[in-house]
Amino acid sequence: MSILIEVQDITRRYGDRCAVEGLTFRLEAGEVLGLLGVNGAGKSTTLNMLAGCLPPSAGTLRIAGHDMARAPVAARAALGYLPEVPPLYSEMRVEGYLRYAARLRRVPAAACASAVERAMTLCGLVDAGGRLIAHLSKGYRQRVGIAQAIVHEPAVVILDEPTAGLDPVQIREIRALISQLGEHCSVILSSHILPEVQSLCDRVLILHRGRALFQGPPQGSPKSGASVEVAFDRPPAATALEGEEGVAQVESLGDGRFRLVPIGDQPLPDLLGRLARQPWGLREFSPLEDDLEQVFLEIVAGEAA
Amino acid sequence: MTGVIASRELGHLLRSPLAWLLLGVLQLLLAWLFLLQLEGFVTVQSRLATLDAAPGLTDLVAAPLMGSAATLFLLVAPMLGMGALAGERQGGTLPLLLASPLTPAQIVLGKYLGLFAFLLLATALTLLMPLALLAGGRLDGGKLAAATLGLTLASAAFAAIALWVSSLADTPLTAALGGFGLLLLLWLLGLGGGTNGGVLHWLSLQSHLTPFLQGVVRLSDLVYYPALTAAALLLAIHRLKDL
Repeated sequence: MSILIEVQDITRRYGDRCAVEGLTFRLEAGEVLGLLGVNGAGKSTTLNMLAGCLPPSAGTLRIAGHDMARAPVAARAALGYLPEVPPLYSEMRVEGYLRYAARLRRVPAAACASAVERAMTLCGLVDAGGRLIAHLSKGYRQRVGIAQAIVHEPAVVILDEPTAGLDPVQIREIRALISQLGEHCSVILSSHILPEVQSLCDRVLILHRGRALFQGPPQGSPKSGASVEVAFDRPPAATALEGEEGVAQVESLGDGRFRLVPIGDQPLPDLLGRLARQPWGLREFSPLEDDLEQVFLEIVAGEAA
Repeated sequence: MTGVIASRELGHLLRSPLAWLLLGVLQLLLAWLFLLQLEGFVTVQSRLATLDAAPGLTDLVAAPLMGSAATLFLLVAPMLGMGALAGERQGGTLPLLLASPLTPAQIVLGKYLGLFAFLLLATALTLLMPLALLAGGRLDGGKLAAATLGLTLASAAFAAIALWVSSLADTPLTAALGGFGLLLLLWLLGLGGGTNGGVLHWLSLQSHLTPFLQGVVRLSDLVYYPALTAAALLLAIHRLKDL
């Protein structure tokens, strides 16, 4: 498979603060990559650099084989970008705006009408073509934002938090649209919602304080000795739990909750059975078995602390 | 590509109430000044008739009108140009241009041509007033052409400087104020350098316009305005490059 985005050790500093540090990754053709991280992790800065709107302080990035620093025009021609705030001119009408976007992306004048029509059909905007952008709802504005990013049929589409601030129905629609996009081109999107990335992406990159903490499949991979979170109605003392067979380590989380680290290859159903037989009133048992989830939850917990 | 941006920029101005308001106020003020000049001319006309080589309608009405128009354009250009880049930055629409396969030069030139086209429209409307005098009087075509050329070249420089300041500013308001301040400073520089000679005098926007209004087209003035325009545009392009 051909490599569409190749990011090599990019860094971006704002004064003394390092927003992104030594980031390296690749995006292959037909892949949907999710950048996951809490706010301020460096997601938008990374995507801004990928889109050619912000030069990296160090490192190189290539889009479809073109170096962004040396051949910026060719590199940008291969991508479509939806920033965090859709770049819409509120005084324009949807169709006119998309036609302008198509012309900016070097779609020949004769092919503009069909390109705009295709993008509007894909994004469900056919009925909204004549409407003023100022009058559109947030969900529709987001769709117009996506439509401008795909109007020139780029090889890579970059979407910065495409579902942020939308209501649940709109989120579902935009997610459906993104999975549809994944069939035509490569997509790289950012989000701070783990299930969103898990449902949309083929691969996940977790960013934290500008560094990549995890790269891999969205389901993560089961880790031996992964921990289990349990909750009891009548919690025992932590020492009583430690005495249980198959438990290596106990951490009290308060409010009747504990994190248990089982011994080695302890089968979890056996542990569950034994805990349930105790008079402690077991009400929750959730294995944190994949490392992706664990990494992300640790970040979130760390930020909250 | 430059043309695509320019026509959107002009279309944007033509759709915005601010631009029309500015154009309307401009016409009203200029019409008032025009009528005052005309009244003054009518009052002294009988005395002028006795003089040899007396100043005519063009010298006493048309050229001063073009001069006043230049002063007013100095105010108007930053207000028209403020949205060009600072407005896009504030509205979050700049990435649409930056992420497109365009060079910074294409973006800046497109924005500039759109803005300059609007000022050309204002110049053409201003020119209609002295042309209306043809109905009852005679104009010196050469002198009027020189004055119009001067106004056009000066407004080309105003637009470029306004655009450069807009590329530096974060909000349209700071762009408008900054642009106006800089233009006014350049306009008034000449006051500091004595009437003739002196670097300040040579740098002044005003001292290069005066000869045009007197019907004198000098090479140095013909070079000054385009050079200033090019310098401001290059600075704006440079600014977009290392954003």
